[in-house]
Amino acid sequence: MIKKDLVVVGGGAGGLSAAISAYKNGIKDILILEREDHLGGILHQCIHNGFGLTKFKEELTGPEYAFRHIKEVEELGIEYKLDTQVLNISKDKVVTYSNPKDGLVDVEAKAIVVATGSYERTPGAIMLPGDRVTGITTAGTAQKICNITGYITGKRVVILGSGDIGLIMARRLTLEGAKVVCVAEIMPYSNGLQRNIVQCLNDYNIPLYLSTTVSNVIGKKRVEKVVLSKVDENLRIIPNTEMEIDCDCLVLSVGLIPQTTLFEKLKVNYGNNRGAKVDENLMTEVPGVFTCGNALHIHDLVDFVSEEGDIAGKGAADYLNNKIHESRKITFSNGEGVSYVVPNFVNADSDAKVNVKFRVRKPHKTAKLYIKSGDEVILSRPLLGPVPSVMFNIPLTMDKIRNANNIEVSVIDE
Amino acid sequence: MSKREFTCIVCPRGCHIEVDDDLNVTGNSCPRGKDYVLSEITNPVRVVTSTVRVKNRPMCVVSVKTNTAIPKSKIFELMDVINQASVDAPTHVGDVVVDKPLGLDTQIVITKEIK
Repeated sequence: MIKKDLVVVGGGAGGLSAAISAYKNGIKDILILEREDHLGGILHQCIHNGFGLTKFKEELTGPEYAFRHIKEVEELGIEYKLDTQVLNISKDKVVTYSNPKDGLVDVEAKAIVVATGSYERTPGAIMLPGDRVTGITTAGTAQKICNITGYITGKRVVILGSGDIGLIMARRLTLEGAKVVCVAEIMPYSNGLQRNIVQCLNDYNIPLYLSTTVSNVIGKKRVEKVVLSKVDENLRIIPNTEMEIDCDCLVLSVGLIPQTTLFEKLKVNYGNNRGAKVDENLMTEVPGVFTCGNALHIHDLVDFVSEEGDIAGKGAADYLNNKIHESRKITFSNGEGVSYVVPNFVNADSDAKVNVKFRVRKPHKTAKLYIKSGDEVILSRPLLGPVPSVMFNIPLTMDKIRNANNIEVSVIDE
Repeated sequence: MSKREFTCIVCPRGCHIEVDDDLNVTGNSCPRGKDYVLSEITNPVRVVTSTVRVKNRPMCVVSVKTNTAIPKSKIFELMDVINQASVDAPTHVGDVVVDKPLGLDTQIVITKEIK
């Protein structure tokens, strides 16, 4: 059987950074397995700019951001395989993949980073009512068809959900000559970054209807009409608020879910973020198996995906160099006002810095963050206008939490 | 005195910035925020990103951008220029597709490697 020190599953932003980071920390025997016919993952279809402001201090497009990492992987001579689907990861860290050239292959890995990204919520997942006809697509699929193959998915478009990809696609389809009639959002606030509301909707006079959802889709072969209705505070449709819109395409931007299928056989536990539970090195409950990026929790900035890849890659290198010593676990949990926290536990003897990542449950005008051990406040700071669409990334030093049993992160209205 | 409000789009932080009639800027966390709102008032500009057809590959376009921000009012005219352009693979990041489109002091450049 082929043996590798480190197998990285997924050659997107997280996987590339993890491989580069492991290499720089002394691990040379690395194999990246990528499903698509190119490295870079979803960045290839994210042709808009705004990437890299944190990492490179300049504003890059998605493909340019990917290119810098791909170039580095190639310069370092890290081995990768394209068109390669990973089918299974066993408990003893045997990675089974297949591709047209090698067939079905088992690789015995000493460490694994799972950087498989996420998938989009579908019409079924949100119980979209009405006819199932041509012209209903997710935002990521519309983006791929537009930006990779050069076709648009409709000429009069309604977008459901105000996630960032939906907002980006509202602008993109408009530039390509489609009429984006409106964006409807079931929540009373947008789920995208404010800057995308400004530069993607306001710039092009595309209306955003809040507390509004699709109550019917009408069409014989293709979408002909979408019916929008207002919802009440419990997100129930309010009768007699229907608005019928003639259109030929409905784009759904209703959320991403971490792709964790490969953890199935490993019997890991999952956090409220729906990714595998991890420690400060992003190691899961299976020693030597790490995860990062959107496979762990959904990010709004690729720079933070790369940062997580760096941590997971260094963690894998430390694990392979016997530098990781498991010790008593300090657990992290989400308290009031917080939907999830990453990491889920921290080794009490660790000397790593801990980046605590979380999202708030609902928007606040002003709020205060509390990081507590029991009743003792370890860190508190005001948060100006926190919204669920923005992930927080707060560094904690170990000396402040070393003696704690459980750390609770909460955000309270002020 | 009246105030105009802006959400800065320079970085994902999205600062809420106010400008009064005397062009006093408040609420920005960095100098780029001030530059952004002053530009928004006088001559709003955007970097445009899109794709151009790759002639020698089936069903394939390559991503491009303007390498500087251009006036917002010129975006749709610029899109006409972009939509008429085409290239042949292989393509390289930074290759110029159109120099000074519409006479603007910018270039349409490739942002993706296609082998």
